[in-house]
Amino acid sequence: MNLKQKLRPYKKRPGSFLMLVLVVGSAVITFAVLSFLVIYILVKGISNITPELFSFTYSSENVSLMPALINTVSMTFLSLLIAIPLGIGAAIFLAEYARRGNRLVSLIALTTETLSGIPSIIYGLFGMIFFVTTCGWGYSLLAGACTLAIMILPLIIRTTEEALKSVPDTYREGSFGLGAGKLRTIFRIVLPSAVPGILAGVILAVGRIVGETAALIYTAGTVAQIPDSVMKSGRTLAVHMYNLANEGLYMGEAYATAVILLLLVLGINTLSGAVAKRVMKG
Amino acid sequence: MKYREEGARWLFAIAACTSIAAVVLICIFLFANGIPAIKEIGIPEFLSGKVWGPGNDKYGIFPMIIGSLCVTAGAMVFGIPIGIFTAVFMARYCPKKIYGPLKRGVDLLAGIPSVVYGFFGLMVLVPRIRELGRSLGYGGSGSSILTASLLLGMMILPTIIGVTESALRAVPEQYYEGALAMGATRERSIFLVVLPAARSGVITGVVLGIGRAIGETMAVIMVAGNQARMPNGIFKGIRTLTTNIVLEMGYAAGLHREALIATAVVLFVLILALNAAVALLKRREKR
Repeated sequence: MNLKQKLRPYKKRPGSFLMLVLVVGSAVITFAVLSFLVIYILVKGISNITPELFSFTYSSENVSLMPALINTVSMTFLSLLIAIPLGIGAAIFLAEYARRGNRLVSLIALTTETLSGIPSIIYGLFGMIFFVTTCGWGYSLLAGACTLAIMILPLIIRTTEEALKSVPDTYREGSFGLGAGKLRTIFRIVLPSAVPGILAGVILAVGRIVGETAALIYTAGTVAQIPDSVMKSGRTLAVHMYNLANEGLYMGEAYATAVILLLLVLGINTLSGAVAKRVMKG
Repeated sequence: MKYREEGARWLFAIAACTSIAAVVLICIFLFANGIPAIKEIGIPEFLSGKVWGPGNDKYGIFPMIIGSLCVTAGAMVFGIPIGIFTAVFMARYCPKKIYGPLKRGVDLLAGIPSVVYGFFGLMVLVPRIRELGRSLGYGGSGSSILTASLLLGMMILPTIIGVTESALRAVPEQYYEGALAMGATRERSIFLVVLPAARSGVITGVVLGIGRAIGETMAVIMVAGNQARMPNGIFKGIRTLTTNIVLEMGYAAGLHREALIATAVVLFVLILALNAAVALLKRREKR
């Protein structure tokens, strides 16, 4: 069918034609904006990537992003270390133990939903008041990681719960039938079959951690070096990028940092897409 | 054996209660640090005072409330129509071959960090808006309500597209086919039958988008100008509730610091109200 034939039904229907134009036009705008953003950052940034940017100590001469990159990795590990056991434990409780309509369960569901709607700046402020000041940790990787852990907790709980619920009950019955206890069934049978789903959630969480700024500025602080302990301050890549753009002195380096951030996010998205595909296949 | 099973059960239950504990802690610490400041400043002076001047002990956040509402409204103007139309495209028009890449594009749009959006806005949108403002005779530095609205409009697109698309897909196919069989065009069937049937899902997507726009900080801070005064034109700068906190928290002390936490309390209450709206909508959808 060529274009002319396709457009024939619209000849006497200008209203419908207008809607068609709006629909296609909006889609074109959305994806044009996305492509422009990605291409613009890549084109402007790649030429600014220099070997000095990857030196292990930051100085105002090299404006290295390597410490920030390493801090991002350690921040991700620390946050996941806290959030994954809690999140998976919570999801196991919700999916395997809790009865429907239980008051505690609906309260947990309500608070989890509330947490997922709270903007990151509120987390940052809470982290500053609680972890930094009240707990007396100061600006530190640990304070940042705890704040981020609370932030990604709802995401991990939700995806894990869904993954656990999609494991067929026959698996559990089979395991019980062979004489395994509940705990053994969960850890040997249910959790292993839910791993791809859980992994997809964790990867999404990593994406949020990598891109987070507002929750970290007043919890992990903005020191541009690699800290020698988790109780010291260190900025992640997103915070580094914000500081560069804010100072306005190192725009070339800011472009380069944006490229690295964008590539990280692209990689994380591709990974989660691949994992999700495996989940679909089962 | 029994002992171990029971212990594990308790451990899981305790893990599940972390989210309750987190919400309770956030509420306690925000309110305990913010409410006294609101009392000290006075509720009317704090909420409707038009001057924010920590140097002179003036703490009125009305300009910031209006600022947040302005950029959010602006983001809705750009984001909602484009988002809903794009969702219709994704659910109903998109050729199968390009659906995969486009879907991944929407995911990418959601995954791009807000600092990268902000940086893009700073380098690309701000100069263009400055030129536009000057050529129209409004002036302005380019960091303005309009710039922030455009950028936020981009940022809420993936939220609106994602939720609306799945709502559209959840509408039974018979609705669409029935409308077609009655002689309606494809567009009439979609916009007069399928979209209204997906209404509550679409509204949920929009409300979630609003929540994202109100709560966004880092992108706004880079393009909105951040002047703490009443808005006077879309080409002029503005400060929002979120950016007020980040801008001044670094050096604030005493009442100033508490007033900033109180700003967060106001924001928090706004967000809780939006969350409640989403929860109500979801409950209605289930019925």
